[in-house]
Amino acid sequence: MRTLTGADIICECLIEQGVDTVFGYPGGAVLNIYDSLYAYSDKINHIITAHEQGASHAADGYSRATGRTGVVIATSGPGATNLVTGIATAYMDSVPMVAITGNVACSLLGLDSFQEVDITGITMPITKHNFIVKDVTKLADTIREAFYIAASGRKGPVLVDVPKDITIQKAEFFNKPVKPCTAEPCINADDAIARAAELIKQSEKPFLYTGGGIYGDEGAKALKRLADITDAPVASSLMGQGCYDQTDEKYIGMLGMHGTKAAAQAVKDCDLFIAIGARFSDRVIGDPKTFARNARIIHIDIDPAEINKNIKVYHQIIGDSTEIMKRLIKLLPRQNHGEWLSYLKQQDKIYSARQKGTEQFPLTPRTLIETLDELTGGEALIATEVGQAQMWAAQYYRYKHPHQLITSGGLGTMGYGLGAAIGAKCGCPDRTVVNIAGDGSFHMNLNELVTLSKHNIPVVELVVNNNVLGMVRQWQRLFYGKRFSQTTLERPTDYVKLAGAFGIRAFVIDSEENCREILKEALEMAKTAPVLIEARIDKDINVLPMVPAGKSVDEPILEIEIDD
Amino acid sequence: MNRQNVLSVSVTDSIGVLGRVAGLFSRRGYNIKSLNVAETEKPGISRMTIVSQGEEGEIEQLVKQLRKLYDVSEVKILHDAVCREHIILQVGNSPVSRHAIIKTANLFRAKVVNVGESSLMLELTGEPEKIDSFISLLKPYTITKLVRTGISALERE
Repeated sequence: MRTLTGADIICECLIEQGVDTVFGYPGGAVLNIYDSLYAYSDKINHIITAHEQGASHAADGYSRATGRTGVVIATSGPGATNLVTGIATAYMDSVPMVAITGNVACSLLGLDSFQEVDITGITMPITKHNFIVKDVTKLADTIREAFYIAASGRKGPVLVDVPKDITIQKAEFFNKPVKPCTAEPCINADDAIARAAELIKQSEKPFLYTGGGIYGDEGAKALKRLADITDAPVASSLMGQGCYDQTDEKYIGMLGMHGTKAAAQAVKDCDLFIAIGARFSDRVIGDPKTFARNARIIHIDIDPAEINKNIKVYHQIIGDSTEIMKRLIKLLPRQNHGEWLSYLKQQDKIYSARQKGTEQFPLTPRTLIETLDELTGGEALIATEVGQAQMWAAQYYRYKHPHQLITSGGLGTMGYGLGAAIGAKCGCPDRTVVNIAGDGSFHMNLNELVTLSKHNIPVVELVVNNNVLGMVRQWQRLFYGKRFSQTTLERPTDYVKLAGAFGIRAFVIDSEENCREILKEALEMAKTAPVLIEARIDKDINVLPMVPAGKSVDEPILEIEIDD
Repeated sequence: MNRQNVLSVSVTDSIGVLGRVAGLFSRRGYNIKSLNVAETEKPGISRMTIVSQGEEGEIEQLVKQLRKLYDVSEVKILHDAVCREHIILQVGNSPVSRHAIIKTANLFRAKVVNVGESSLMLELTGEPEKIDSFISLLKPYTITKLVRTGISALERE
């Protein structure tokens, strides 16, 4: 047992939890914590970003890439409020994160003191739980509990607010074993799994729909075996990209607003819809009345509150998805639905989204991303911003591992990707990390380029530049009479010079011909240093197919005529 | 079916717990007809009795969402329970009306707790329906102030 300051206790607890990397930004209320980080710098690597928001996204990206809980530290007041978007992003996508904020000393709380903000009040609806620690003897256990809450059950962010005086007060500290975040036991699982097995046996057209609730190699392996034994086609939500190897023949694409025709057809025609670790987002179901109308729905999820929330289901199994899949497989004889699968595969042969460049901008995003996929062997970690480029990244890269696509699916946070890519690269230094950004999102948090160069984090920042806010423009074209209000950006930014100013080498891709060559060169360089690529495309390439919000998934828009 | 539900929610008596529960109701759009919270026989545990109106599916969701809150240890929908509410009100007191008011109060076993020159203060504990009819019978005498606690309830064993 040792007597330590609150700040040292925080560092000791981080080490106890196996944390070796944190993201953050110093300030008045966290001076003591940063003084400790200085002393603990051989054990905890701290990455300073340009802005606290970037640090919060980095902690999130780190977590998604590694499966470990991400940690972000910020000072009181504006430091804390700058984390809010990052925390909300993590909350919507169930990403385990612990945010530690400083606050003014206990005696100054509630007095509108300098840089005081009620961050536990502000983040109440966007955290799994949050704490304010007003007693230094409770600090260690609170941090431990924060890590436990973040990573157990349905994962999510937890915030711990620590007033400045607590970080300098002393308390006795001794290490405790880390409480394992074992999955909650399934409720009535045996019966529920047996019932599901019966339904699968009776089904002639089963369909597996998978989401972000499938984790790691073990989850992917269980899913593959389940798909093999049921001989069922598989589609994934945006969050589930990669939990099923997309080069496998049973994979029929993404499901949802910009999903494939085959996946939409599967929803319409299947007689058994099996959702695993997915939450029936409005971006997936479109119109809840017509969704999977010919099917019974089985919902497998760890969070009981997701059952019957957005869609009424026929049968449910609550618990850890991997565990449930493993037990389900044992009860199933091998099925054969070859005809059903080839019928669906046919749909994509009938319709596959075409993209056309123009004379001035011949490059299409499809070529760009398919080339990237090829050159990286489909093994890169892909972070994205939000909008058209995000959807193209989801549609044309062929993911092979759960959470290989690091994207803000729930909150749809523009400005997320660069920070997330920084976190992903810090967590997985041996993997190629590419952030696929639109020019709109890029401008939101481009300040983090300096974090790449300062810490030499070799991320590929791929800016797909169409000079417009493409996704909003697409909606304006379809639903607002082509009144392109505030979406024609045409900013004078010189991307090469901008990157150069931050000390980053940059490239321009402006044709189908130089796409491969330049991507190759940039990826080669990105083995040792960050690079930026500006890929110029036409402003009127749309994301297709598209299911208009609230409309039936059955009838996606397949073509949009550009006649202006 | 849209109906009134009485929920009994056990919570840890910690900072902001009322805010967490109330915040859940407001951000998910559930309605609160009444909310009553106080300490229980167990140190550190408070019980909230919440009355909420909603469709069956809504209430199912509400219960599940409440269970996800870290500070919430138990949520029960009460079906067979003793429900009570307490009310204090002030009505106009004139020589003409005084007798009638006291007669009504006696009928309900309400107590006169304060007599002023121009007003009477009454208190009553009972089932919510009884409270409602008490109020409506006193309305003609001009109720000048009224406070009711909302339902507190315990399930029968």
